[in-house]
This record gives sequence, C-alpha cells and structure tokens, in this order.
Amino acid sequence: MKDSLGSVQSLLVLGGSSDIALATARKLAQDKTKRIILAARPSERLDAGAELLRGHGADVRTVDFDALDFASHEKVLAPLFEEGDIDVVLLAFGVLGDQATDERDPLAAAKVVQTNYTGAVTASLVCAEALKHQGHGSLVVLSSVAAERGRKDNFIYGSSKAGLDTFAQGLGDALQGTGVHVMVVRPGFVESKMTAGRPKAPMSATPEAVAEGIVEGLRKDAELIWVPAQLRYVFSGLRHLPRPAFRKVVEKQR
Amino acid sequence: MGTEMTDVEVTTVPQPRREESGREQLTGPEEPWRTSPGDRERLTGWGRTSPTVAEVLRPRTRDEVAEAVAGAGPRGIVARGLGRSYGDPAQNGGGRVLDLTGMDRILDVDLERGLAVVEPGVSLQQLMQAMLPFGYFVPVTPGTRYVTVGGAIACDIHGKSHHADGSFAQHVVSLDLLLADGSVRTLTPESDPELFWATAGGMGLTGVMLQATLRMLPVETSRILVETKRVADLDEAMERMTETDADYRFSVASLDNLATGPSLGRGWVESGNFATRDQLPAKLRGNPLGFSPKPLAKVPDVFPSGLLNRRTIRLMNEANFRRAPKAAHPHLATIGAFFHPLDAIHDWNRVYGGAGFLQYQFVVPFEAAATLRRIVERVAVQGAPSFVTVLKRFGPASPGYLSFPTDGWTLTYDFPTGTPGLSGLLRWMDNQVLEAGGRLYLAKDSRMSPADLEAMYPRLEDFRKVRAEVDPHGVFVSDQSRRLSL
Repeated sequence: MKDSLGSVQSLLVLGGSSDIALATARKLAQDKTKRIILAARPSERLDAGAELLRGHGADVRTVDFDALDFASHEKVLAPLFEEGDIDVVLLAFGVLGDQATDERDPLAAAKVVQTNYTGAVTASLVCAEALKHQGHGSLVVLSSVAAERGRKDNFIYGSSKAGLDTFAQGLGDALQGTGVHVMVVRPGFVESKMTAGRPKAPMSATPEAVAEGIVEGLRKDAELIWVPAQLRYVFSGLRHLPRPAFRKVVEKQR
Repeated sequence: MGTEMTDVEVTTVPQPRREESGREQLTGPEEPWRTSPGDRERLTGWGRTSPTVAEVLRPRTRDEVAEAVAGAGPRGIVARGLGRSYGDPAQNGGGRVLDLTGMDRILDVDLERGLAVVEPGVSLQQLMQAMLPFGYFVPVTPGTRYVTVGGAIACDIHGKSHHADGSFAQHVVSLDLLLADGSVRTLTPESDPELFWATAGGMGLTGVMLQATLRMLPVETSRILVETKRVADLDEAMERMTETDADYRFSVASLDNLATGPSLGRGWVESGNFATRDQLPAKLRGNPLGFSPKPLAKVPDVFPSGLLNRRTIRLMNEANFRRAPKAAHPHLATIGAFFHPLDAIHDWNRVYGGAGFLQYQFVVPFEAAATLRRIVERVAVQGAPSFVTVLKRFGPASPGYLSFPTDGWTLTYDFPTGTPGLSGLLRWMDNQVLEAGGRLYLAKDSRMSPADLEAMYPRLEDFRKVRAEVDPHGVFVSDQSRRLSL
C-alpha cells in the first residue's frame, strides 16, 4: 500500500533490465519498497539488477516476460497480482531501433512499433485491470519527448511512443474513480544503454534523474511529468512551431 | 437487561419509524440506505492521504450486516464509522467497506447501573446528548465527539482521563461480534477474554461489532472545573503533570512544538475534574447538565496545501502560549470547549489542503523521558510545524493485544505531509521510540513499517493466533492490515 507520505511497498517492472527501470527500482528500494518483481527477457543484466536491489534489502524475483509475445501477457502478468497487492507498475520496456535501417526494412520497423506500442498496450491493459480490482495503485508509462513531434531522425520510434502516450492518457482518464492512477513520463534524451553511441541532445537527462522524477511524481500522483522538468515549457513552445521552422530547429541541433 | 428498563428511558431512545413499504426509515443522513450493490467510493482517513476505492455498503440491521459479510469477495470487508482514524484502517481497496453510521440506535439504558446498550454506529456526540440529561457522560472521550462506539472499541481509544480511567474498552461490559462464519458471539472480558481483548484495539479485524454495552460515567454537571497553567519548558510541563495528575481526572499539556533552547517544550497544562453542582455559579445551577454544543462552522474545501507552515504555526503557538495564564487559573469550561475544541469547526482537516496531513502519536515508558526530550528537541530544531502538539501521562495498559496506551509519556504531533524532510524525521522518531521500548498508535498510523509494528507490539503474535481462529480465511481486512501485514 502507498502510505501517507507517498512511499510504496511493492513494485512490478515491465522491462526490468532497462537503465531507467533499475534506477527507479533502486530509489524505491532505498525508501520503503521491499517487494520487487522484475519482468523481462532473461539476461545477465536482469540478474545483476535483481542482485543489486537485493543489496538494498528488497525481496526481488524475476519473471520471464516478452513484450512481443502479446498473447502471453495475461498469463504471465495477471497471476503476479494474486500474490499480493502491487502498488506501482512501471512500464519501462521499449526499443529505439535504428531509424535509417528500419526505414529500409519495414519488418524491422514493425518490430519497433509492436514492442513499444502494441506490447505496451496489451501489458498495460492486463495490469490496469488487475490494479482496478485492487482499488488502488499506479501505472507508470514511459513515453518520450519524441512522442511530442515527428522528426525525420526518429519518427518510427517517436510515433510508437506517441501512440503509447495517447493511449496512456486516455487510459488514465478511463480509470478515474477506480483508485488507479496513470502517470505518463516524458523524458528528454536519456544517456543509457539504449542511446549508447548516439550524439547527446540538449537538455538530456540521466536514468537517475528520470528515476527521481518518477518517485516525486508518485508522491504527488502526477499525471504527466517531464524530465528535466523544463522540457514542459520548451515543448509548449515547440509544439506550435510551424513545420519549416521546427525542421530548422532540428537541423541546428544536429 | 431489557426487562429492567423503565418507560422514561425508552422514550429517550430514537426509534425507527416504519413506513408503509415496511422498510424501516431512520431519521438521519440523507443518503439512501442500501446493502447491495454498494457504491464504489474513494475513501481516505481523516488525514486525507492514501485514497483507495471500495464498494461501500450501508447496512441498518444485523441481518444486512451479516448479508454484506457473507457476500464479501476475495478482497474482504472492514467496518467504518465516522472516518476519524487518520490513516487507512477503515478503508479496503478493491473490497467492501461497511459504513455502520446507519446503525446508530441507542437500544437500551439502565440509569440505575449507568449502562447503555448501543449499536456500533452511535457516536459519542449522540451518546452525550442522550445521557447527559440523566447525569451520565461517556466513559472516555478523545479529542472529538464525532467517533462511533464501534470505532472507539476497535481502536481502544483514550482521552485526557487515561491516567485515571484507562481506555475505552475497559468500560465495555459486553459486545456482540459478528464473526466471519456468520455466527454472532456475545463477548465479555470475563467469558471470552481472548476474543474480547483481540477485538478491543483490534482495528476491526476480528469481526463486525453489532452492539455494545457501556458503563457510563456518572456526573453531577456538564461543566469541567479546569486549571490552566503556563509552563516555561518541557521539564515544568512534565513536573506539573506528575505532581498533579492524582488530583485530576483529566489532564493534558499542549506544547509549542517550534520553541527551542531554554523554551523547549514550553506550553500550558490543563487539569480538570467534572464540577460538582455546588461548584457551579447560581445561574447555571438550574440546568447543571445542560449540553448544547454550538452549531458547527463549516470549512470549504478551498485551502491550498502549505497554508499551515512553519511561519503560521509559529505565530499560532506564540499567541496560544501568551494567552495561557502564568499562574494556575481555575475556570469552568463546557464539555465542547474542554474536550473537543476542534469539533466546533466541521471538516477542520480541510485546512491542510489537498496534500493532507498525518498524526504521529507515540508512547515511551516513564524511564525514557530522555527519549521524549530528544524527540521534542529534534522536531523543534528541524522546525517541522505541528498544528497540535499534545503531551500526556498514560496510566496502566488495558489487556487489549493491540491496545496502544501503556504506562508512560505519550506525545502527539500533527504534521502537514508536505513538510520538507518529514519522512526521514519520522523514521528517526520511529527508531527512538522503538529503542526506548515504546510504540505508535494504530488509529493514527498511516506510514509505519511492518517490522516496527512487530517490535512495538509484543502481543501481536497472540492477536494473530486469535484472529486466525475466528477468521481463518481473512475475510476482515483493511488497507492498514495489508500495509502492516497484520
């Protein structure tokens, strides 16, 4: 249960080996989160992450979860809620893809979209139903600033996040009155394993900064957070920029 | 007991009105009474934190309660009264919550022996109004009259009289408890001590109370003769209470929680007894038992969080301290003014704004006065503002497995949840209390950890054993019981 100061006791991470997910889980474990389930494809990273969290006194288990195996989501995720209430579900899986190659390989592009959007939709719906049944809990959905405006260097990834972002907003509205809270997280460029080797964008963030934002947002039951927070204001301007002008801004950034 | 009642008493009891439909219609709250299906409602405690959504049912009869319990799903059920617990004991996310405020009938009174038989939703306010004219006050009152008898027993509440009178459940002669299997047991402390004392203070987790017989407190008047004295620091407050508690049924100290240095713990001590008829001025003697609490002022839900902050609380503390007389000053006070000052303002919890607040109440043994001082000092130095800071000496514990009061000093703070650094401060306080062999109060708790609870309540295992016997499948659960793995 979430306590009066906004600390939570249990966490389910989908995409448990992502840098942002592990940073968030670590922050929560240092607070009062002592039951953590990391759902992801098996990997050494995942095991190392679990070990690290155990070091913070958390009871951690890993669950084999494949975002692309939509049909399995219900079967894999629903039983996790039977073992005890889950206060926070962090939906953190996603792939960046390679814009240039994906444009030439439509099936590779489809895989990016299916992971980031379709898989996220099925997993979110399964978790939302379980949270509704509990009468409380938060679903945290990792979106991206790339969801805000299409641009030539990441529009496959960006459009998948845009779909997810819109889906999560609507889901949050649909869950009003059920006790379930949905929080959309829009980080800027995050220096992580996903973006390794790519040029840094302005106003970038670290996984720790995103984790910090998520933990704070959970305390306040925020519905939308940006990391860094100033991005909210930057994009309230950029959003309305005419396309030719926006293209110039993007060009300048490169 | 019913046969012993006289006509006079029965007329004071509100009786259900039968309408043509045959359904009982009660005067009272306007919501339609219904048992099934319930409304899905968002519930919080008085601190307005940690909301969850549950199916709320409003039974009016024993049968309706039994029906609601029998139909509870896998998420279980818990009873709720007037929602004055600060945290989450009277909510049950995803499950059922039984709002018992519709079971508010005073069933029987025995004026000779001072007994009242009531349904669990009867409030202390209602009981005072019905019984004061006959010279009886509630056995124990907390800082608000707006708690139900069911809640008072489930939390085994205490008041300013604990050193003299003990806790609420110690004045319960018997109670009827509906168990998970649908059976009803009449419990007395003698016939069924284990289940009785697991239920008293048991936070509603053993069953649903259907009625209780209370031993009321005989009084000559409805006024309290109070001596208020300003105290310069914590030592003086503690000294005065230690020296004078034996002479007063009621005693409490209010502290300026932000004062530091030589003024640390400054405040005022109020000590009082119910006035005798002779102590009343002539004009009051005609109606010595009059009780007419002023109409409530309402607070709109428009306050921003953070209105009560270090600065505003410092000003209020200063004003209150200066108002208290330097030398002991005896005066007559009404029940409302002495026991329930905050009840004059309906929904006073809204003043904290949407972020809400929490109350932190602990008790440490008398030997641990040094711990008490350390805590008072740290809170003051850190400048965590507390709207109400109350110090009191407890008397001996009741046999309740999870009852809170026990010999020692109890201190209560209420902090806005947005106070910077509050989480760390409270954890430090938890450790101090734990090391001193003290404990936190479950009726106020909204954030303690399961491990601390285990360490603070040595009889928790006994409680769990009794609970497992009467409710093996865990039908009675609350958000608090989930949070604390009770």
